[in-house]
Amino acid sequence: MLKSLTTTLLKNRPLKLSVTALSLSVAALAPQIAAAETFPDRPVSMVVSYSPGGATDFQARIVTMLAANEKYLGQPMVILNKPGAGGKIGWDAFASKAKNNGYELAAYNVPHFIAQSIVFKTKYNINNLEPVANWGADPAVLIVGKDSPFNTLQDLLDYAKDNPAKVTFSGAGLYVGHHIAFLQLAKASGLKLTYVPHKGGTPAMKSVMGGQVKAGFNNLSDAFRNQDRVKILAVADLQRNEKFLPNVPTFKEQGLDIDDSSVNFRGIMAPKGTSPEVLDYLAKRVPTMFEDAKTLKKMDSAGSPVRVIPRDEVISMWKEREAYLKDLLADLKK
Amino acid sequence: MLEFLQYLPEVFTPLNFLVLVLGTVGGLILGATPGLSPTMAVALLIPFTFQMEPATGLILLGAAYTATVAGGAVSAILLSIPGAPANIATTLDGNPLAKQGKATAALHYCFIASFIGGVIGVLVLIFFTPTLSDWALGFGPSHLFWVAILGVTVIGSLGSGSVIKGLFAGFVGLWVSTIGYDPVLGVERFNYSEHLGGGINIIAALVGLFAIPQVLSMLTGQQDAANVTKFAMESQSVLQSIKETLIRWKALVIGSVIGTIIGLIPGAGGQIAGLVSYDQTKKMSRNKEKFGKGEPAGVIAAESANNAMVGPSLVPLLTLSVPGSPTAAVLLGGLLIHGLFPGPALFTENGPIVWTFINSLLVGQLLMCIFGIAISRYSRFVMDIPEYYMAAGITVLAVFGTYSVQNSFSDVFVMMGLGITMFFAAKIGFSPSPVVLGIILGPIAETNFLQGQIIAEVGDGMVPYFFGGALNITLVAIVLLSIFYSVYSERKTKRKQLEALIQSHEQNTAGGQ
Repeated sequence: MLKSLTTTLLKNRPLKLSVTALSLSVAALAPQIAAAETFPDRPVSMVVSYSPGGATDFQARIVTMLAANEKYLGQPMVILNKPGAGGKIGWDAFASKAKNNGYELAAYNVPHFIAQSIVFKTKYNINNLEPVANWGADPAVLIVGKDSPFNTLQDLLDYAKDNPAKVTFSGAGLYVGHHIAFLQLAKASGLKLTYVPHKGGTPAMKSVMGGQVKAGFNNLSDAFRNQDRVKILAVADLQRNEKFLPNVPTFKEQGLDIDDSSVNFRGIMAPKGTSPEVLDYLAKRVPTMFEDAKTLKKMDSAGSPVRVIPRDEVISMWKEREAYLKDLLADLKK
Repeated sequence: MLEFLQYLPEVFTPLNFLVLVLGTVGGLILGATPGLSPTMAVALLIPFTFQMEPATGLILLGAAYTATVAGGAVSAILLSIPGAPANIATTLDGNPLAKQGKATAALHYCFIASFIGGVIGVLVLIFFTPTLSDWALGFGPSHLFWVAILGVTVIGSLGSGSVIKGLFAGFVGLWVSTIGYDPVLGVERFNYSEHLGGGINIIAALVGLFAIPQVLSMLTGQQDAANVTKFAMESQSVLQSIKETLIRWKALVIGSVIGTIIGLIPGAGGQIAGLVSYDQTKKMSRNKEKFGKGEPAGVIAAESANNAMVGPSLVPLLTLSVPGSPTAAVLLGGLLIHGLFPGPALFTENGPIVWTFINSLLVGQLLMCIFGIAISRYSRFVMDIPEYYMAAGITVLAVFGTYSVQNSFSDVFVMMGLGITMFFAAKIGFSPSPVVLGIILGPIAETNFLQGQIIAEVGDGMVPYFFGGALNITLVAIVLLSIFYSVYSERKTKRKQLEALIQSHEQNTAGGQ
């Protein structure tokens, strides 16, 4: 078998033929203008602005795995990874280049992309993007290492009061959920704290486990899995997470005014200008696809908290977030 | 302790074994393709594991990881284009060997060394996981910074000949790595074009710097028929190769030990394992001057190191969900999809799956070696392909491989730009390896320095943070030793050359009388 394989590879004619065949089949897939009533009649692509294997990527793959089912889109969804600069590369390319025919979608992460659109010069903001539906919500939690002297949020705040700026917090980069939660904590407690940006949630978690930082904000799902190495002191959400962490109180319960603005919402979006018929079609079918028992089971076994939110509610959620973040980040610049 | 043997038969169920064989053969071919790195290969395969049993899916990913790392050596040796960053050091002596007609032997050394290093790495994973995971966790920003600096000390000795040119190329690489967004503070730097916005992707740089100059020199060589060198191919028996590999046990030991240690350190990037052990083997060798000209020990050290890294890079992954290498990071996604959550409980709750997976890595090393040696026999066909076909083929693969990393044409432009620059730089004696090493080490050094700085400034201050503690002191000592030894041996060679020159001059003058 090996021999035949090598010879196929090395004889030039078959190679040339197969290259021609490949380019022909690519040409056949070239974009055609699709009538709304036949949508979708070919595979739909979805840009993921993070690397393959990361949380957003594998969740995106799980929630779209049933797209080809006739009940849902009847066509497969193909994931295209465009990672870089904390998601900016993929979203910039999407907002400036994607065709608004419904065949080119992207995954969003709130608050990441909204915060970035406020702080940086980006080609995207909530006004040139249309949400389709939300599939997941991963709240930020406050963690400390297993051997840390802090057992409660109060311990940590007391220490921070006596030692201004000495408490270091790790998190997955700047202007992501973890950073927003940190800014909220600093604002609500009125204390001087120090944030150490990391390249992603995993290195940030490692720094807490290894004692390189005193505390950290991380994803609820990742902290849940690492409970033998970290202590979880508070959840940055409106309610406790009854499923995974019923015993961990929210910040609100502990007297700090921190809401769910840092919760990492993940969902699907389309570019502005996508026809209302196509958007309606997607907004109706995509949430049912998220709620399929098979998808839910897979998400559950991967430890990923699901929160399906329909399109109209996501629109208002985006608006609220933008208004709040503009406020919070303006404070920061002062 | 020997619990793992209990699950060995699981690897040999018909389906699992078939997947292992396919993953290994496919991995070797993917790995040999420039631009398709192990990280890419594992990422591409993850969706295919959705429908498989967890153990079968992990066997596929593990086999692909093992085989692509070794497969990358094939193009490194035959074409002087490393298949992945891990194989850079292999080009240094592997390609000269091929040019001397010893391609088959070089490939044999490479696969045998990969096998030995790989097995040692997996055995470390099997027996020392609990002990070593805590050790790996102790590496903070200051320590990783010093590890990166240790890598920088290697740069000078990678240049073909001149230390100054090597260092200069290395600093160009470090500078190139700063293009794009600052990894910690998010500031834009040298962002003159939107194609540079995402920074310089390491695979794009690797393919551009190594493959494009090759293509260009193949094409320009055609104009001058006298320049076309056809090198003969000698065949060598496998037994002879095994003997020659084992004789160079020192290179094997250095490669395996350094590969294992670097694999364990999360965030150090196993990519530098091959280069660091190549450098150490060269320094400890009696015939340094042979390195870079086709010294088998160079190939053996580099390849045993990059495969020895595979097993240990899973130690922090499986116990702490902290990946030891970029590929291990992608593998983490593959584990989570199957509901396997890394942590101490993994081995108790999902023991059968994990042990089957680890066993398959062990068996995979053997398969990789057997198939790799089988492929070596056909390497002469690659050498016989006319250069104009070869140049076209490499260009197609280079563009395709680079584009597919992030589905981005910007990367292709960057790849072409760097490649064309390198072609001209090579004409005045610069080599691509130090540039790539600079690009790899830049972000590691910078990220960890900045993080360390933030932590140190609110803590004990910079000096105690970066120089305090046993681990920091040890690492700084190794860095200093590495520098001093380089300078010392450089001066020694210079003196020898000078003496030889004087001697020959004296002989000449004596002869003239």
